[in-house]
Amino acid sequence: MTAVYDDLGDEPASDIPVRRIRFAINGKKKIAEIEPRLLLSHLIRRGVGLTGTHMGCDTTNCGACTVLVDGRPIKSCTMLAVQADGREIQTVEGLSGRSELHPLQEGFREEHGLQCGFCTPGMMMAAKGLLDRNLNPTEEDVRWALSGNLCRCTGYQNIVKSVLWAAEKMRAEGATDD
Amino acid sequence: MFPSRFRYEAPHSLDEAIGLLRDGGDYVKVLAGGQSLVPMMKLRFASPELLVDINGIPGLSYVQAAPDGALHVGALARHADLEWSRLLADTQPTMAAAAPLVADPLVRNRGTLVGSLCHADPQGDWASVMLALGGSVVAQGPSGRRTIPVRSFVTGPFENVLEHDEIAVEAIVPAAAGRRAGGYLKLERRVGDFATCGVAVALELAGTGVVTRAGIALTGVGGSTIDAADAWAALVGQPLDAGAIGRAADAAAAIAQPRTDHRGSAAYKRHMVRTFTARLLGGCTTPASAERAA
Repeated sequence: MTAVYDDLGDEPASDIPVRRIRFAINGKKKIAEIEPRLLLSHLIRRGVGLTGTHMGCDTTNCGACTVLVDGRPIKSCTMLAVQADGREIQTVEGLSGRSELHPLQEGFREEHGLQCGFCTPGMMMAAKGLLDRNLNPTEEDVRWALSGNLCRCTGYQNIVKSVLWAAEKMRAEGATDD
Repeated sequence: MFPSRFRYEAPHSLDEAIGLLRDGGDYVKVLAGGQSLVPMMKLRFASPELLVDINGIPGLSYVQAAPDGALHVGALARHADLEWSRLLADTQPTMAAAAPLVADPLVRNRGTLVGSLCHADPQGDWASVMLALGGSVVAQGPSGRRTIPVRSFVTGPFENVLEHDEIAVEAIVPAAAGRRAGGYLKLERRVGDFATCGVAVALELAGTGVVTRAGIALTGVGGSTIDAADAWAALVGQPLDAGAIGRAADAAAAIAQPRTDHRGSAAYKRHMVRTFTARLLGGCTTPASAERAA
């Protein structure tokens, strides 16, 4: 991949620190050469070109940039891209199969869990972090898990319902699989 | 937003990391969870020349009890590790109550207790908890390790006593002699906001119900974390009855130095310190004493 930066310095190009990293994103292995000051959110959006991960506040408040790193939901605007070296990243683009929506995506559709949709990828990834750990959450568990994600449209009620809808569907699918 | 340009090193051992700190120049920072440092770098409040990322150093993620009963928390133990720790839930009511109240769930997956102590934000929850518990920080430098009590570790807002070539490698909570009781309560306008006020209570009680050790510390109601010494000193050697609880709560409110701001008036914050202290101490009279803020 190639990352192109605004050039704000006057040092020779050879003095600019660049690191080579390997990581996996939604199951695909990648190599990148990046400046250490690039954030993971930049690597995902501008480097890999997956723009489902949104940049909201860029100050660790809103959670729109939430992705899973080695299975744990984190704010990708607050982790350096070089720290993704050797890690497995999952973004909202990795949720669905080729034609099927993930139960979380279905849940947000069924329960009207979004209005403008800007916070939705972060909500889904934070919710995935919860459901991967606890497939039988209470409403309180869902609210707790999403308390680092801000939504300015919905008032959260339908987002919580959407996650509970997804949990129920995933439990039912799990029961069918057995 | 980008941080300003810096060199980045990711050592694989503490010795290597300490060497980088020693030789790295005038402005070197250690990166653990990065949940305070990275935002500060993006806002250019911090512009280190060299960042030493310790996340690749193995063996620093532990939360464990030593044979002597002391609790050891490694430099890379995340807030979430503490939130989900069975050991904490069973043995450390004050820490178990505080862990789910630090920042928000996403930040808790990255941020660390030891990093929070080093960052020395007067609004930091762990500083109050560790002060109340009589905890300490272990620093490792070129000439070995030293143990620094939390009460003398922080010298001011965002300042600690670490030398430039020292790394805080773990935090320690000493073993309890009696039954542990206590909790942490925080008033915040929304999850992840700075505390309007917070109170940490950590007691040890004899079988007779007499308080054998006490610690009370306050978050967000002064220029630094406040050790409410008058409050806890009034409890030691006494049974935990309504009179003792009332006197301690009054003393905690008196020692707070709140300022009126957009989070509330000084009088309101002082009132909440008294209320939280009384509520936490009241909870200590029964064995299941960890409390979570509503």
